[in-house]
Amino acid sequence: MNHVSSIFKKELRSYFSSPIGFVFIIFYLLVSNAFFFFVQDFFRQGQVTMRGYFAAMPWVFLFFVPAITMRLWAEEKKMGTVELLLTMPMKEWEIVVGKFLAAFAFLAITLAFSLTIPASLMYLGKPDIGVIVGSYVGALFLGSAYLAIGLYISSLTENQVVAFIISLAAIFVLLLIGIAPVWLNALGSIVSVCEYVSLLSHFNNVTRGVIDSRDVVYYASVIALFLYLNIKNIEARKWR
Amino acid sequence: MGQPLSKRERLSMIHVEGLTKRYGPSTAIDDISFHINRGEVVGLLGPNGAGKTTTMKILTCFISATAGKASINGHDTFDQPLQVKEQIGYLPESCPLYHDMDVATYLAFSAEVRGVASHKRKGAVSKVISDCDLGKVTNKLIGHLSKGYRQRVGLAQAMIHDPAVLILDEPTSGLDPNQIRDILSLINNLGQEKTVIHSTHILSEVEATSDRVLIINNGHIVAQGTPKELMSRSSGTTVYVTVKGSDVQSQLAAAAFVNKAEKLADAKDGFVRLAVQGADQRDVSLDLFKLAVEKDWLVSELKAETASLEDVFAKLTRGQA
Repeated sequence: MNHVSSIFKKELRSYFSSPIGFVFIIFYLLVSNAFFFFVQDFFRQGQVTMRGYFAAMPWVFLFFVPAITMRLWAEEKKMGTVELLLTMPMKEWEIVVGKFLAAFAFLAITLAFSLTIPASLMYLGKPDIGVIVGSYVGALFLGSAYLAIGLYISSLTENQVVAFIISLAAIFVLLLIGIAPVWLNALGSIVSVCEYVSLLSHFNNVTRGVIDSRDVVYYASVIALFLYLNIKNIEARKWR
Repeated sequence: MGQPLSKRERLSMIHVEGLTKRYGPSTAIDDISFHINRGEVVGLLGPNGAGKTTTMKILTCFISATAGKASINGHDTFDQPLQVKEQIGYLPESCPLYHDMDVATYLAFSAEVRGVASHKRKGAVSKVISDCDLGKVTNKLIGHLSKGYRQRVGLAQAMIHDPAVLILDEPTSGLDPNQIRDILSLINNLGQEKTVIHSTHILSEVEATSDRVLIINNGHIVAQGTPKELMSRSSGTTVYVTVKGSDVQSQLAAAAFVNKAEKLADAKDGFVRLAVQGADQRDVSLDLFKLAVEKDWLVSELKAETASLEDVFAKLTRGQA
């Protein structure tokens, strides 16, 4: 476990070792708040709820999370530091989990800055705190699933831009199959499979503030699957 | 796999047997075997693309061999990678480092990950900082350092956990002559107590540092031995002489001290230039001079050249690449 925390500290530090981490956070806040207050017109709605904020989250994260994960492996490969990293006495899973947790922490820090919104809501009226807390937890699950996918894809390339675009595309597909299957109705049961696989359909409950164990199991499975693939992909260099 | 180690494997620090690595259809190294004893400094020599880096990558458990096995201090690189990695310090070819970290933070990170106990980390970091002369740049970002300093940071991270074996892939590439001298003397110091395997294609480096040399070409070991042994495999000392006289070449060839006299060119005014190799590879310039006096030849050049490791190297690796 010590190694996990060493990697965690190294990666988290590197998010803030340049202005990029801060720029990222500010940009996220600008976009998500603009979306919430202006596009969704919070002030005319007359309700102290963050439902709209969280409903937009799968789409906002679609662009932001791949930006968090794109460098995690691609940069190590490009710079060659992966060779030193993998010849240090650590197990592959320790490195993968350390990187994942660092990306998670960065996402959580970013989200923490958005707590000004619930604070404002509490000033304006009486929001349902339970719903908001539930939604935040759900958003972290959703974000973590994105992170696991993005981290895995970053390990497939040494080009950060490629990692970003492919992660975005992969997540996009996993979102779309939750809403697109209208034309798939003809195929019957495939629709329910698509809906189950989609990252989006599991988030609907979350925006209502409901944490359903089925959704938790789903997100946990996605995270576990992609971390597993990631570990295997890092080990693959030694297969013979 | 899993078999008990032979006595030789237990005694030698690095043991490599029948190591082969193929990348698809191309073979990087082909059935390489060697062993390196405790405390030996061994230079891995070969032209670019000969298989030096591949060998090192297998020894450090970064990649696996297609066939054969390698062990370090009795631990197999395939079966026990963690134990192997604990024994080694590694400096990869291009000295990859995290450019967004400062030197002290990076070394502390390396110490942590390399398993230096937390109460010893500070000491370990300050020891390598002084050993590698990094005092002036401790708080600078690695990305802002010169190539020479980066190379020293790379060495420092390889040494931080006081490993038994150091594997250094071209530690002097891209450095200026002064920096090269610094790194070589560092390797010499390290060699007092550690097993060091370093690769290079600069021969004088090997002569200066190594107890033993392995010459690799095209994925095969083409020669190994001490630098001296290898040099004795060459043609020894050649004397270049430019003389004027009658029938010089045949008279020279007939002389007892001469092994081979080869005419190189006709110089002007009736002089001829010859390359003469002495019998038993010794320097025969004095005998040559006496002979010339005796025969009343005119001598305008007399120069003895001892074959260097370069010649051996060229002889062994040319024409096969």
